[in-house]
Amino acid sequence: MANRSQIQARAAMMRVRFEAAGAQVVDPPLLQPAETLLDLYGEDIRARAYVTSDALRGEQMLRPDFTLPVVQMHMSDGAEPARYTYSGEVFRRQEHDPDRSNEYIQVGYEVFDRDDPSGADAEVFSLFALQLRGLPLRAATGDIGILMAAVQGLRTTDRRKAALMRHLWHPRRFRNLLDRFAGRKPVPEGRNALLDSQDPLAIDVPMIGKRRASEIEARIEALREDRDIPPISDSELGGLETLLNVRETMPFALEQLRDVAVDLPQITPALDRLETRVAALQARGVDVERLDFEAAYGRTSMEYYDGFVFGFYAEGRPDLPPVATGGRYDALTRQLGNGAEIPAVGGVLRPDLILEIEEGAQ
Amino acid sequence: MSLKLGVPSKGRLMEKTFSWFEKRGITLSRSGSDREYAGKVEGIEGVSLILLSAGEIPRELAAGRIHLGVTGIDLVQEKLPRWEQQVEEVSQLGFGKADLIIATPACWVDVDTLDDLDAAAAAFRKTHGHRLRIATKYHRLVREFLTDAGVADYTLVDSQGATEGTVMNETAEAIADITSTGETLRANHLKILSDGVILRSQATLWRSRVPNYSADDKAVLSKLLDQLT
Repeated sequence: MANRSQIQARAAMMRVRFEAAGAQVVDPPLLQPAETLLDLYGEDIRARAYVTSDALRGEQMLRPDFTLPVVQMHMSDGAEPARYTYSGEVFRRQEHDPDRSNEYIQVGYEVFDRDDPSGADAEVFSLFALQLRGLPLRAATGDIGILMAAVQGLRTTDRRKAALMRHLWHPRRFRNLLDRFAGRKPVPEGRNALLDSQDPLAIDVPMIGKRRASEIEARIEALREDRDIPPISDSELGGLETLLNVRETMPFALEQLRDVAVDLPQITPALDRLETRVAALQARGVDVERLDFEAAYGRTSMEYYDGFVFGFYAEGRPDLPPVATGGRYDALTRQLGNGAEIPAVGGVLRPDLILEIEEGAQ
Repeated sequence: MSLKLGVPSKGRLMEKTFSWFEKRGITLSRSGSDREYAGKVEGIEGVSLILLSAGEIPRELAAGRIHLGVTGIDLVQEKLPRWEQQVEEVSQLGFGKADLIIATPACWVDVDTLDDLDAAAAAFRKTHGHRLRIATKYHRLVREFLTDAGVADYTLVDSQGATEGTVMNETAEAIADITSTGETLRANHLKILSDGVILRSQATLWRSRVPNYSADDKAVLSKLLDQLT
């Protein structure tokens, strides 16, 4: 096993390579205000991050990743365009698997650049591939933006689309909602009686709690309206299902997705971006003919990504977490930017895992 | 050395545990006064009784300080991550039955399922500027259940007692708590979601996988388990 100073030495080396690629070194604090993280990830983050507190600043979290503080820093006082690199510890609570580290070093590279997003995607991916050259790894890529475009372009109400978008990262709930909106799922028992009732709130229990009668009435009204909306069509549903199952090498995936666009024309601009990205990757020497693309990739774990996503996995070591992950997060800059926004893409590497794989290969 | 058996130190849980063992030929009793937390075991050699709060028994089992213990499934699963690796279920005792459930105000006529709760939470956050609060002391179990169900826009607030009252006091919008008859819930104008049962619990006898069992311990254990199950 590599010791701490070997891991740090490797991290430093990798960071220097990112500096050589034009990145500025940043070093965000270990303690992060819990509120921002909670707003972004919800209650789930408590299961993943260590929380501590003091009377003055309230709840703080031990840095669970760098992306968030780097985005905040850039949005408050960054110059444009910008490239950043960092290396340092992140902390993750582990409640299920004692073999996973609760503290490890990440080395990262983030690009904030308005010109040529496809070029920036390819730049990040190829720099990562270069850092990992020679290791027995498998790269996976995807593009959350295609699924987002598919949902946003459905021929149904904004309310339904917003509900689906909200659960894009929870495949089971997404499926549930889709089945409901497609009329494939029975409504809960008593629901129709409730919606038909003249005065649904005329019940024999007192109104209690902070959720007021007006809010209950508003939801009933929304449910009534939704009941009269025609179901999402079979062709759209079929298109979404085919889309989510696309899993091919990049050129074939693009071809299959072009077929899906017959039913879901709204994904065409996203596919054009994918095509530009494929060309940009190729221009940087990436062998796209052999690069995997999965349309559903990154859907369960990479919550703030909204475009290109990628990961590098150790061949024959399914027990190991990914050695590197990254992606595009334009929406996150908008969310943290107080009105400002900028296209952004980046990723992180795990030097500890790299050393472990090198050891195993010897 | 003897095999250590941990049993709840108070109330009906203790009495019912004592009578469950009694029916199987083992008499447990408190030694000395009512205030002393030591006990006596008759009907089998090599077992000693330790009286503990039911809430501490999971931790004592996981630390290997007791070999056997009686406590609820809810407490074991909440307090011990990867509980299956640390303890083994010997027998469910048939009492202390209670469900860990999610309940909302009964006046929420539009909320019947987790689906509804999720939709209400999204709207609530938009209206009030903070996430829908669920009061509980079972943080881990509730969070894992809601994550699994894909419910978002909620936050857990800690409540170590009188949890049913938090909704009326407007310190929480919903609760997740243990109930056996549902009476306290009804009295506080709350209802259980139709798919809101997180866990069905009852008093259970557990064996710790943690301590090293000597040959003597193993002999006593197998004799005891023969007699009990």
